[in-house]
Amino acid sequence: MRDAFARVLEKEMEQNERIVLITGDLGFGVLRRIHERFPDRLINAGIAEQSMVSMAAGLASTGRTVLVYSIGNFPVLRPLEQIRNDCVYHNADVKIVCVGGGFVYGSLGMSHHATEDMAIMRAIPGITCYTPGDPAETEVVTRDMLWRKGTCFLRLGRGNEPAVHDGPVKGWTFPKAITLRGGKDIAILSAGGILTQAMDAAERLAAKGISAQVVSFPCLKPLDTETITEQLSAFRKIITVEEHTVIGGFGSAVCELAAETGTGCRVKRIGLEDCFTTVVGDRQYLREVYGMDGKAIAEKAEAFLKE
Amino acid sequence: MESYEALVHSGFEGKPDVRDPKTLAWLIRRNGLEMTHISRGSHIGSVLSVAEIIAVLYSSVLNVDPKEPKKPDRDRLILSKGHAGSAVYAALAETGFFPVEQLKTHYANGSILSGHVSHKGVPGVEVSTGALGHGLGIGVGMALGAKMDGARWRTYVVLGDGECDEGSVWEAILQAAQYRLDRLIAVVDYNHMQSLTTVEDTLKLEPFEQKWKDFGWNAESVNGHDTDALLAAFGRAKENAGSRKPYVILAHTVKGKGISFMENNILWHYRTPQGEEYDAALKELEAQRP
Repeated sequence: MRDAFARVLEKEMEQNERIVLITGDLGFGVLRRIHERFPDRLINAGIAEQSMVSMAAGLASTGRTVLVYSIGNFPVLRPLEQIRNDCVYHNADVKIVCVGGGFVYGSLGMSHHATEDMAIMRAIPGITCYTPGDPAETEVVTRDMLWRKGTCFLRLGRGNEPAVHDGPVKGWTFPKAITLRGGKDIAILSAGGILTQAMDAAERLAAKGISAQVVSFPCLKPLDTETITEQLSAFRKIITVEEHTVIGGFGSAVCELAAETGTGCRVKRIGLEDCFTTVVGDRQYLREVYGMDGKAIAEKAEAFLKE
Repeated sequence: MESYEALVHSGFEGKPDVRDPKTLAWLIRRNGLEMTHISRGSHIGSVLSVAEIIAVLYSSVLNVDPKEPKKPDRDRLILSKGHAGSAVYAALAETGFFPVEQLKTHYANGSILSGHVSHKGVPGVEVSTGALGHGLGIGVGMALGAKMDGARWRTYVVLGDGECDEGSVWEAILQAAQYRLDRLIAVVDYNHMQSLTTVEDTLKLEPFEQKWKDFGWNAESVNGHDTDALLAAFGRAKENAGSRKPYVILAHTVKGKGISFMENNILWHYRTPQGEEYDAALKELEAQRP
């Protein structure tokens, strides 16, 4: 995802000289080509995220599209007030780009696990939040973001992530969900890089004769409520998955809609139960420990269907 | 009933000369008193301390045009200490950005003039503030954008001294020096008081001028109530362009300046002037009319 983002950005910067990238002293490898090609438009703000985001708002006021790049919680939690007041309230054309949504930096410890960012960013009025599920989705949402005016949040995974889509995503329109697999017994709704696990779960369920639909939501806010509303009528049970706390994020958004729609469809949220991560391990290991790998999702879906 | 404008302008023959810094400073105090009186609002002490700084900027320093508030080559002013918003509102209204009459709606239900300065619907306000420690960073971004465009307009940021407790201010101080923003001018309303007590008893800033210099800025200290001294300082700050260093003016002020019982009295950070106190304050201001 990270590399797909950098590729699209480089191309767009080539065509639009008003795009500027500010990094919080991170992304050396990823941004190297951009640094080489557009040295005047890559600014290192130092390890100073709060002022970095204020600066981005000020820079955007001079008619620029300003990306702020950092990892994990650093571009989100630390400068949250600057995002809210300086960027979103002023409708500043600032794009907060976070590499490392969820457990990407697994072994580095809880400081580096971004597991509340979706809930917090989603609560800010008027912001656009992208949660692409794989590199192909990253390409289309990055392009969309760079053309969309106003403050956006892009939650990426890492580099070298497996592709879920067979090729480029064609004909995507903002903020639509993307159905990756048809199914009739249960729907698995996924936001972000956990999509690989949702697909794996569907595969496992198929082996047991359970037909699961898998839908990716590359846009968390605004949410494709039309698709969800259709699913709430079409299915009796829906599962949401996110590499994130189950509180306030994607699953919560679906539940809000389910409660208000009142079709009787039940929703089960899969994600990090209200806790901090305390064990050490890589991304996939942590998904297993906290019950959101493909196997766990399949087991939970099966049990849920029996309820 | 007498209009608000007639009330605050009473005693002037014709329209007050807002190009005169002393007159504009007096009008900021007069409006600040009236606005906090009508609204039962707070922060009169900060408005009184920053009055000359804002008056000198709007009367004599800033290249801004009330007829074209968004003209591209305008100077940008950010009031980072947003709680002194009524000083900026008063200066903008008195210099023609919006009707003086509108100042009476400060704090009121349905008004656009919030207690902390807001840009929404208010001509001439660049940035909404209120949370401290944001303005200098935004100013760094603006000045950086101007520099990238080769533009000649300047960015002015007015900070409070208490605000300099915020780490984000020091982040921005480092960044401004790093990017050599010599058209960025910071002014600190150094009134030595913050919300609960003095700056010295909270988080000491001294040696303050030296700190800015050590961080790569050109810095000077002036009497922040002496309009001539401020004018001269802003002149030097303008000439600073080309030095490859940002410029800061530490304006030594008195919180509550101009109203004896409010001066250096922490009570008047939040207290609203009512009853006898309002009358006494008005009487003192009348005696200082330029």
